[in-house]
Amino acid sequence: MSKNLRINKNKFIDQTARILFKFNGKKLYGHKGDTLASALLANNIHLVGRSFKYHRPRGIMTCGSEEPNAIVQIGNDPALTDPNVRATEIELYDGLEAFSQNCWPSVNFDIGGINNFLSPLLPAGFYYKTFMWPASFWEKYEFFIRHSAGLGKSPNKPDLDLYDHQYAHCDVLVIGGGISGILSAKLSAEKGLNTILVDDKNNLGGSTLYQDDNAFKINNENSNIWLNKQIEDLKKLPNLTIKKRTSVAAFHAYNYLLARENLTDHLSLHERKNKIRQRLWKIRAKKVVIATGAIERPLIFSNNDRPGIILSSSIKKYIDYYGVKTGENVSLFTNNDSAYEAAISLNKSGVKVKVIIDIRENPNSVLTEKIEKAGIKILKGYTVIDTNGYKRIKSFDVKKLSKDGGSVVGEKITYTCDCLGISGGWTPMVHLFTQSGGKLKFRNSDNVFIPDENKIPSEQISVGSSNGDFELDDVVNNTIKSIMVFLKLDKSNYEQLNIECSKEKQKRNIWLLPSDKPMSKTKPFLDFQNDSTAKDVKLALREGFKSIEHVKRYTTTGMGTDQGKLSNMHALGIIADTTGTNMGELGTTTFRPPYTPLTFGAIVGRNVGEFFDHTRRTAIHNWHVENKAEFENVGQWKRPWYFPKNGETMNQAVQRESKAARESAGILDASTLGKIDLQGEDASEFLNRVYTNAWSKLAIGKCRYGLMLNEDGMVYDDGVTTRLGENHYIMTTTTGGAANVLTKLEDYLQTEWPDLNVYLTSVTDQYSTMSICGPNSKKIIKKIIPNLDLSDDNFPHMSFKNSKIDNVNCRIMRISFTGEHSYEINVQSNFALNVWEKCMEAGKEFNITPYGTETMHLLRAEKGFIITGQDTDGTLTPSDLQMDWIIGKKKYDFIGKRSLYRSDTIREDRKQFIGLLTDDPKEVLEEGAQLVESLEKPIEMLGHVTSSYFSPNLNKSIALAVVKSGKKLKGKKLIVPMENKNINVTITDTVFYDKENKRLNA
Amino acid sequence: MFLINCPYCGERDQSEFSCGGEAHIERPKQPTELSDDQWAEYLFMRKNVKGIQFERWNHIHGCRKWFNVARDTSNDKIHAVYKMGERPPIK
Ligand SMILES: [Zn+2]
Repeated sequence: MSKNLRINKNKFIDQTARILFKFNGKKLYGHKGDTLASALLANNIHLVGRSFKYHRPRGIMTCGSEEPNAIVQIGNDPALTDPNVRATEIELYDGLEAFSQNCWPSVNFDIGGINNFLSPLLPAGFYYKTFMWPASFWEKYEFFIRHSAGLGKSPNKPDLDLYDHQYAHCDVLVIGGGISGILSAKLSAEKGLNTILVDDKNNLGGSTLYQDDNAFKINNENSNIWLNKQIEDLKKLPNLTIKKRTSVAAFHAYNYLLARENLTDHLSLHERKNKIRQRLWKIRAKKVVIATGAIERPLIFSNNDRPGIILSSSIKKYIDYYGVKTGENVSLFTNNDSAYEAAISLNKSGVKVKVIIDIRENPNSVLTEKIEKAGIKILKGYTVIDTNGYKRIKSFDVKKLSKDGGSVVGEKITYTCDCLGISGGWTPMVHLFTQSGGKLKFRNSDNVFIPDENKIPSEQISVGSSNGDFELDDVVNNTIKSIMVFLKLDKSNYEQLNIECSKEKQKRNIWLLPSDKPMSKTKPFLDFQNDSTAKDVKLALREGFKSIEHVKRYTTTGMGTDQGKLSNMHALGIIADTTGTNMGELGTTTFRPPYTPLTFGAIVGRNVGEFFDHTRRTAIHNWHVENKAEFENVGQWKRPWYFPKNGETMNQAVQRESKAARESAGILDASTLGKIDLQGEDASEFLNRVYTNAWSKLAIGKCRYGLMLNEDGMVYDDGVTTRLGENHYIMTTTTGGAANVLTKLEDYLQTEWPDLNVYLTSVTDQYSTMSICGPNSKKIIKKIIPNLDLSDDNFPHMSFKNSKIDNVNCRIMRISFTGEHSYEINVQSNFALNVWEKCMEAGKEFNITPYGTETMHLLRAEKGFIITGQDTDGTLTPSDLQMDWIIGKKKYDFIGKRSLYRSDTIREDRKQFIGLLTDDPKEVLEEGAQLVESLEKPIEMLGHVTSSYFSPNLNKSIALAVVKSGKKLKGKKLIVPMENKNINVTITDTVFYDKENKRLNA
Repeated sequence: MFLINCPYCGERDQSEFSCGGEAHIERPKQPTELSDDQWAEYLFMRKNVKGIQFERWNHIHGCRKWFNVARDTSNDKIHAVYKMGERPPIK
């Protein structure tokens, strides 16, 4: 374990800067520039975690975002810990603490590992087959599943980190900083286009960055040297923005892309202080260049998942970029030339390559020649049939492939090793292309899906290996050629490049390599994270699953946090082979955003806490705060709920407030009610059409209550509208309905009745409203406005006066939502607090009592007034509400009128609005409680309670409810069944208090 | 998030708009003359095509104007934007 596998020659890793980190509690050292994975490998640690289902030991398999195995928990702070982080992506920083996931008690000794031996009992669809039956057992299964499922641990405290969102607009967005992305960005920026280049790594250059071999040359320089010069030139371009550590998560229609920029995840904890952790870029690009490269494929053979089995291109990166040997006794297994590149790099660094197993019969290229010259043994036309070693590969078995590749022949040869590099060819990263709506086509020659150039959904292009070009000369030449067309360039500096590369394109593809054992005795893993094997896929097919989307879900192949980037293609290949279909016809499963997982923090950005939603406060809010109001959220508004005094409960406060309002005087801040100013010569006609009752004859200076329906005849909103002038009204709406009512009215004006001359303006925020009610309200108004004649003759109920309080203009309406004599003062919001305080001062001698929404609700319920949205739910007509009086029978039309006599709306057994009294006057019903006639099963639910209170003015419990055929059932006894008792109630009238409305004029 | 070219303001992000459902469904001038079935046709029946759908959109967080959009529901491509009261410029 203490071995150091670092070689001393590398320029990308700062070996002078030593970094301390911990893995599973053990102190280890790495260097600046390392990822957690490279640092672990340098410490000779391969075993990183356990697999999801069988808890098999798993190691580092790749060096990038496709990593299925090496996913770890970072940190253990309950607010900041991060699960499912790929060790291959996270950059090492001082003090990094990482933990293995999915194992207990430790990664070296894991109890769940027993599942590995039970694996014949855990085939594809195991969860579906076992846990679905009998349904009543689900609770027991759930306990078991919850404890064994899941990868990392989520943080359980609020995230302390800061996240940002930012918009960006550009001419050209280039995704991917490999050689094709760099050339694209350079051509684009040189043309003067405003260009953004994003790359998920901390260094530009992709794999060419460390391709330091004379087999790969551009203009007679090793390709890495040539590319470095391009990068240096690139950095000088003024209209190019380079975003490193930035990963594009989603590519939506209209070239709208989301990219996550990591700003602090590579910094030590103290360097992160007060910095933004991640920024989510919302990019709108005129053109997009996808240069996301390709991912090397593994090979599918038995026990291909052991720690120490690594993709050959990753072995190359670990040695050439990080200077880390992934083993000291390495062999390679391949179906193409990529493994030979790794062998050359290993050889140069003094790592002995024992043998290269190549399933091709006659590999023959510059690279294979180089290897043969170096004296490395190549077994041509052979395959690995099995591997051995539990926590690290120790050896592998090899046999010769039959001519057709379908079986193995001859003697078994066993080789010892501590690392096996594998290469199954390359898969273009077409995720973003398909996310944007692009369609793929299948290239039979090398079994890859590539973008179909005839099915590109927006101004975009795929270049380089993400477009299926894998050889250096194709990558460079085709990128330049297609970018010149895409960006309409007439010349470039790259027209005469002289490129040397291996040129070997021969591949022999066998999706599932044969073994000398029967299938049932093998474990050829496809999805390493979800532990699904080639066997599982074949089982699913035998059980009748045909669609790849179904096979995917049944076997869970490709459903891990890596979304099966590594071996989805093999699953498809095996399905195609088994069913005798062509892969092109089979198609792929859907690639969905995000490309790599996003933190919730990045998704929500700053929209947390008080910024989660807007908060609206009335102009009098601070007074309510000072007077200890409890607040209620009504939409975005903060409304006083009740004003507790001396430690009162809500109930006590509400009883006191509502008694005071009826006995002397109460005051309510009603500023949140929606207010819409209507002007225009057709304003009266417009009101006729939008309300159920008639408006033309309403005199100037009078107020009228109106009910607004939807076209389906259901009650939508209500409120009082006042005629201020010949062509001028002010309409009030419910607090919650204000914005929607305005939108709805605008809709009718603009689209159905454009001939009407009416203008609507929201004045909800411009005017504040206070309502003073109770028998002493008149005296209070008199004190404030001595010169206003408050006599019933001059200022009767449902009328309004313009007046002044001090020098402030105000509109006084004599309207009432409590049934008491009351006045509503409307005043410009910036004077509202003054006026309110004046009312309080004037009302002092009458014990004027501020009350909140709860008392308001109680007082109106005593009078049987509805609250739309509480007593109504979009299924009640005016008639259901016993409000037939408000239907203008003589009106030819209004919104919803025709629906009032549809066959459904004239049914007599609709739910109708009624009052309820409990037999025990002290018993208060629960709002939402069901109403039934008898307790004999099956019990029919007849309706439910919509409002319920204890009325201090009546000294008994009252409730409003909707009940089937309720209008006819006055006096009927019903039952409210509750959890531990049944409450007897009697249907009554909806008006409980002052049925004669005497108090309005008291 | 697609872009919509508001006929009054120009091109804006979809998040500034709200969709008001199928376009060119005129409110009957004389609802009381209609049978239940005819009224139900107006009230409830809406198309949901794969392909070009004519929709009403409102620039609700902008100029608050209503207008019509011909949108291909299969790929969100907008083929035409035209004002209220105008006939669709495409089929
Ligand atoms: Zn607009």
